[in-house]
Amino acid sequence: MKQFLAALAFFAVLLGAWEFAARHSGASSLLLPSPTAVWRYFFGSPSPDGGTVGGAVWDGTLGGATLVTMKRLFLGYGVGIGIGIPLGMLTARFKFLHNTVGTIALGLQTLPSVCWVPLALLWFGQTETAMLFIVVMGTVWAVILATDHGIRQIPPIYREAASTMGSKGLHLWLKVLAPASLPHIVSGAKQGWAFAWRSLMAAEIYITILSGMGIGHLLHYGRELHAMDQVVGLMFVIIVIGFLADKILFSPWERFLHRRWGLTNS
Amino acid sequence: MSLASELAVPPPSKIRLAGVSKKFTTNRGTVQALEDINLEIGEGEFVCFVGPSGCGKSTLLRIVAALERNFTGTAEVNGKMITEPGRDRTVMFQEHALFPWLDVLGNVLFGLKLKPDLSKKDRLEVARYYLQLVGLDGFERANIHELSGGMKQRVALARALAPNPRLLLMDEPFAALDAMTREQLYGDLQKIHAARKKTILFVTHNVREAVCLGDRVILFSPRPGRIRKKFRIELPRPREFNDVAMASLAAEITGELKTILAPAQ
Repeated sequence: MKQFLAALAFFAVLLGAWEFAARHSGASSLLLPSPTAVWRYFFGSPSPDGGTVGGAVWDGTLGGATLVTMKRLFLGYGVGIGIGIPLGMLTARFKFLHNTVGTIALGLQTLPSVCWVPLALLWFGQTETAMLFIVVMGTVWAVILATDHGIRQIPPIYREAASTMGSKGLHLWLKVLAPASLPHIVSGAKQGWAFAWRSLMAAEIYITILSGMGIGHLLHYGRELHAMDQVVGLMFVIIVIGFLADKILFSPWERFLHRRWGLTNS
Repeated sequence: MSLASELAVPPPSKIRLAGVSKKFTTNRGTVQALEDINLEIGEGEFVCFVGPSGCGKSTLLRIVAALERNFTGTAEVNGKMITEPGRDRTVMFQEHALFPWLDVLGNVLFGLKLKPDLSKKDRLEVARYYLQLVGLDGFERANIHELSGGMKQRVALARALAPNPRLLLMDEPFAALDAMTREQLYGDLQKIHAARKKTILFVTHNVREAVCLGDRVILFSPRPGRIRKKFRIELPRPREFNDVAMASLAAEITGELKTILAPAQ
């Protein structure tokens, strides 16, 4: 509790210093929007008749954009995981696929997925498909590599013990090799999630699209309109979503691994 | 398959090994792990393989388990050539090899779930029976990492027994345990052998352990792995690890083992 209060005080001072600097340093509000300006972007400013005027939270801009973005994220991430895990299992199983697909994965994983934007625009136009493509490209390679690595790390004795009890073929894969590689698959999925989130933000900032305005687009328009309070506010939203997703999606898995396997994940 | 037949004692296996040889090729050359092994093991016999490390005793056990392929010679269980691993011959390893993603009960159920004719209720009953047999009732829902080394090996024993194999293969299963736990397990294993009548192959480097458990002790010599001598242990059961008669027999075998090791030193 004491530690929590100390941390809280730290952030309050940080916020106060920021507000003070914005007001008294003489810097333009374009270069340094104040916390209150960011607050006004979210929640509007008081109007003469006692209500509020504007506010991205109240007028539905923010909620709508978040919904659009989350839809894209879950679709892209889902496809990335859906392709990545089975493909990683195949590259672990077949030497040829490891040498070919595995090498491609290793190479493309180092390529920031925003580099796919020019090609994606040419191939798919300004469409949801282009957006999806970029997110999948950002996710799938890390997931393939983590799954492949996870399965190769399995102590051979698990396979041997299972085979002496009559497990083979598909049963061996589903009931032994898949769960045995779970710690690696979870950390791969987590990494894939982080990449998917970054990829989507890049895609939304770079691809102008008519089929739905996401958070990245709002941020982009904030820049175009010199509305830096909006830009900074959205940066906060992006942080909070990333943080919450990590807690909601991966904490249960990590708790399970900790309880059942006795593993402590960082 | 009914529950009654599942819990019934099946006829134990007999094993015939004739002219079994096995080479390992590593990048440093070829090692003759086993050379011309001839051995017959009768139904329900408890046979211990003893020898210095590198004598191929574990390799021979792995050949019977079909975890090791590419050997020459004949290896038969119940008159049939050994081709692939099967639940008629379960294995217990030196490391417990329990699955950490399953709890104790889940581990014991693993092999039972591969028997499609058993109902879910029957499987549970069988699993509980074996957990009780190894003295672990009440630990069904425990996670593997929460157990002590001795308890882990007890779960591994229950898991190996649960599919009701006719042959139990044990590869230095107690080597990593402390002396107290080991002595308890010697008693328990003899009781289980008496109750379930399985043929047991037991690999160890501990002569006293072999004499305490085995109907026969097979002494191996290394490089190339060969059978040096076979001993029949005629002591009454149950045997006590600290028994005097046993100690003198163990001393005799240890003497023989020392003559094997002497030239190397």
